[in-house]
This record gives sequence, C-alpha cells and structure tokens, in this order.
Amino acid sequence: MSDNQIRDAIAEAISSNDVILFMKGSPDRPACGFSARTVAMLEALETPFAAVDILPDQRIRQELSALSSWPTIPQLFHKGELIGGCDIITEMYESGELAETLGVQPPADAPEDAPAGADPAPAPLGIENRL
Amino acid sequence: MPNADEVKTRIEAAIPGAQADVDSADEVHFSAIVRATAFDGLSRVQQHRLVMDVFSAELGGSIHALALKTEVP
Repeated sequence: MSDNQIRDAIAEAISSNDVILFMKGSPDRPACGFSARTVAMLEALETPFAAVDILPDQRIRQELSALSSWPTIPQLFHKGELIGGCDIITEMYESGELAETLGVQPPADAPEDAPAGADPAPAPLGIENRL
Repeated sequence: MPNADEVKTRIEAAIPGAQADVDSADEVHFSAIVRATAFDGLSRVQQHRLVMDVFSAELGGSIHALALKTEVP
C-alpha cells in the first residue's frame, strides 16, 4: 500500500463510521493507558464505535496525524470531525458533553468520573514480519 | 530544555490575552491550564491546536507531553 492509499483508507474509514477511534492496540487489548481510558469511557456510555489499531504500520499514524493536524494518539472522530484525544474526551465525559455530542443517553450506572480503563497490554515488540 | 515558566511565557506571548498555569515535575512532561478570550467560538480541538502549535517543533522531542485544559474566561 502506498502512503496515499493509506491516507485514502483512513479518510474512508472516518467518513463511513459515525464514531471511530484511532488507538494503540485494540479495544480488548489496548497497548497504551490513554487509549485504554478512552475505550473505557466509550464503553461506559455504551456507545458503539469502530476502532483502528495504528501500531501495525507506522505510516497509519503519520498519515492520520497529517490528515487531522493532531499529533497524539488516541483520536476520536464523530461524523467525520475530530472531537479530541484523551484529555478532551475525559473533560467532555465528566461534563456530560461527550454523551450529548455522540447523541447517547448515559446509562444509569455510568460513573461520573472518567473510568480508568484496563491496564494496557505490554507494548508489542514492533517486529516486522516479512515471511 | 524548557521549564514550566518558559512554557507559560511562550503560550501567553503566542495567544493574545491568554493566561496560562503550567506545571512540570520533570521538565519534559508538562500540564497546562490556559484561559483565553481567543478561544471563544472555537471547538476544543481548535483551542488545543492553538496551544500545541506553539510547541510543534519540540513536542515529541524536548517536550514529551503537554496535558492541556483550555477555558474561555
């Protein structure tokens, strides 16, 4: 895949998913504490979301950041627009603005403070598989 | 290597009317609360970009992380 194809695939993923999170690792196995916390907040709101692991190819992160003008991971998009990274999402979760923006009713048992998220899995070694 | 005071000064110089409180325990990880009338009408992402742009050359280098909270006064 060329860099341009990666960028096109990212743009396509953002435009075709109402809520999409670019993260390190997967929702089940987040590889970074900030990604884990962001996943935990979305799960606390019981909102469905698509997730993309940026770790398998470093060009995913390069092209994503070039597209979004946002340097860090995670990045949460809603209806094609970047809502923020972990700091902004935490602030919006705690003020109730995240549920409002995503158009979801927070479940009665959703914690008021942002949930901590699972312990991140150990970072992958980054071995390039050329087999 | 920047210290918290320099980070504060640079934010306040770059964004007209901004007031910044900056903390750093180790001078590579910073946290800042920035209040500025210039943020009025901007999304949080746009507000953060205004601040992050001040340090675009150093983020990931001499500044490992800048945790940010922005407010309109």
